[in-house]
Amino acid sequence: MKSDVVALPEVRQGHSLPPTRTSPGPVPPSGLGRRPRHLRKYVELTLLLGPALVLFVGFVLVPILVAGRYSLYNWNGMGPLTGFVGLHNYRVALDDPVFRGAIVHNLIIAGLSLLVQLPLSLALAFLLNRRLRGQSFLRLVTFAPYVLSEATTAVVWLLMLQPGGFVDQVLKFLGLGGLVQLWLANTSIVLYTMFAVITWKYIGFGIILFLAGLQGIPAELREAAALDGATGRQSLRHVTLPLLGPTVRIWVFLSVIGSFQLFDLVWIMTEGGPANASDTMVTYLIYNGPTSSELGYGSAVAVLLFIICFVFALVYQRFALRRDTAGAVTRMVGT
Amino acid sequence: MTAAVLAAPSAADKPGVRRRRMSLGTPISYMAALVVVGITLVPILYVVVSGFRTSAQINTAPVAWPHPWVVSNYTAILTSGTFWTFVMNSSIIAVVATGLAVVCGAMAAFALARYSFKGREALFSLFMVGLLFPASVASLPLYLWLHNLGLLENLMGVAIPEAAFSLPITIFILRPFLRAIPAELEDAAVVDGTSRLGFFRRVLLPLSRPAITTVAILSFITSWNAYLLPLLVFNNQNHYTLPLGVATFQSTYSQDTAKILAFAALSMLPALLFFMLAERRIVGSLTGAIKG
Repeated sequence: MKSDVVALPEVRQGHSLPPTRTSPGPVPPSGLGRRPRHLRKYVELTLLLGPALVLFVGFVLVPILVAGRYSLYNWNGMGPLTGFVGLHNYRVALDDPVFRGAIVHNLIIAGLSLLVQLPLSLALAFLLNRRLRGQSFLRLVTFAPYVLSEATTAVVWLLMLQPGGFVDQVLKFLGLGGLVQLWLANTSIVLYTMFAVITWKYIGFGIILFLAGLQGIPAELREAAALDGATGRQSLRHVTLPLLGPTVRIWVFLSVIGSFQLFDLVWIMTEGGPANASDTMVTYLIYNGPTSSELGYGSAVAVLLFIICFVFALVYQRFALRRDTAGAVTRMVGT
Repeated sequence: MTAAVLAAPSAADKPGVRRRRMSLGTPISYMAALVVVGITLVPILYVVVSGFRTSAQINTAPVAWPHPWVVSNYTAILTSGTFWTFVMNSSIIAVVATGLAVVCGAMAAFALARYSFKGREALFSLFMVGLLFPASVASLPLYLWLHNLGLLENLMGVAIPEAAFSLPITIFILRPFLRAIPAELEDAAVVDGTSRLGFFRRVLLPLSRPAITTVAILSFITSWNAYLLPLLVFNNQNHYTLPLGVATFQSTYSQDTAKILAFAALSMLPALLFFMLAERRIVGSLTGAIKG
């Protein structure tokens, strides 16, 4: 505040005001100087920050802390909180093969996203980053599945993937009838079916993100590289891809966190079945929390989920995101 | 290659040169575009068109043109009232959540951007921790907490937490924006006798309309599509939101495929319409938001 006043003598003179210290807003009648001004500042800060803090602390932080407390009890959600069991719930969860399986499923989905979706959406973004006829239509269509709700997407694909349904008919029509499977009922396939639906819904997001990244790279850079004798492939590898780095790193972050939280699609399409073959951490959480009234245990699972996301965010921030803008998100937490 | 080198500095904008340089990739590009459009659009069209068939038609031939076209699936849903209840609930929740998130978030972002006070960065980081945990991770704790607060079976029990979970991204996007507005503007306003809050309301907010629109769209879409929190909070069908309604409709009428498809088609409509009207803004805001 002080520097504002110091820095602006010309402005003051321009308005032909006396070069005295004027407090922002109406001058406090008492003219006491610093104290009322400080008081005023803190009143303003309280007014501005108060609502957001109440909302955030009350509905984001407190629930998580409360869950931390419940997780130490054997509690069914009713009656007083008795039956302290310490870390027992955590031990049970980590020993449960179903929960372990769910974690593995989440990791498989995350890994497949990086292995399949990333190259695919990058390649498509490169291909589409040209002056094509109907580019705006293309953008519109590509992105449309992203705005559909997961619930609607799940219902639609659930119907299309029924035996003899739309997907099977299309495969037969294309002469690929031999590929037809029990998409949602075969335990060794259901997870990959999920992944295909996830890709359908989210690939447009990656494409649009990378297109925006590509269009943010000045054409002069590639032209300069070409002038220096770089081939198209070289300029792609040494100019375009490095400059796309931050966008890719953000996409990876969002994609992995998104994979860890996979719920809606799975819950509606299979409820984690058959035989837990498509369980994810969150479906396990919902299955063992509200639906079975083992809220102490469910809380422990929630806290574990929380810790897994948090650790990933910290590690990723430390090793990959540090220099990017988004690093600001976790900088303070990470260091 | 040589053409590119010769053309590079001065003639790069001449259309002829540009076209020649691109000609190799373009047919492949059009093929790729066609495949992407097909894979994206065909399922959506399938749902809409199949809604005009009867379940009997679908059972005998899963993929076929409606013969004859039947509108009864659509009309039955549109006149039933439940569909409109779902739309109403979704709208109320999304509007309240967006309003709360934008108002509280903008005020907090203003304080965090243009006041200097002790603990400012720590406070900012506290909000940013929330970026790591979308509502689904905290769903069970939230459910228990809402139970304690007596907010179950209450539209606000979904709207308020959704607003809280939209705050981090709102503050994350708005703070740099509010910060970038030159200090001279603020000083001029102060000289003119405006208080800081007045400056915020009358100068800063109108100037940051694009950023505000961005965060509003983001939080609206998130809230409109949310499934898990409403699933936990609402048991009574009268409180269901559209995503919850679609899923329930599917399990209730699982034999009547045509009706489910019609319902799914109708439930896609608001999102797709909203998206078509605001496509540039939505795409711009998502990519902008992520690039920071």
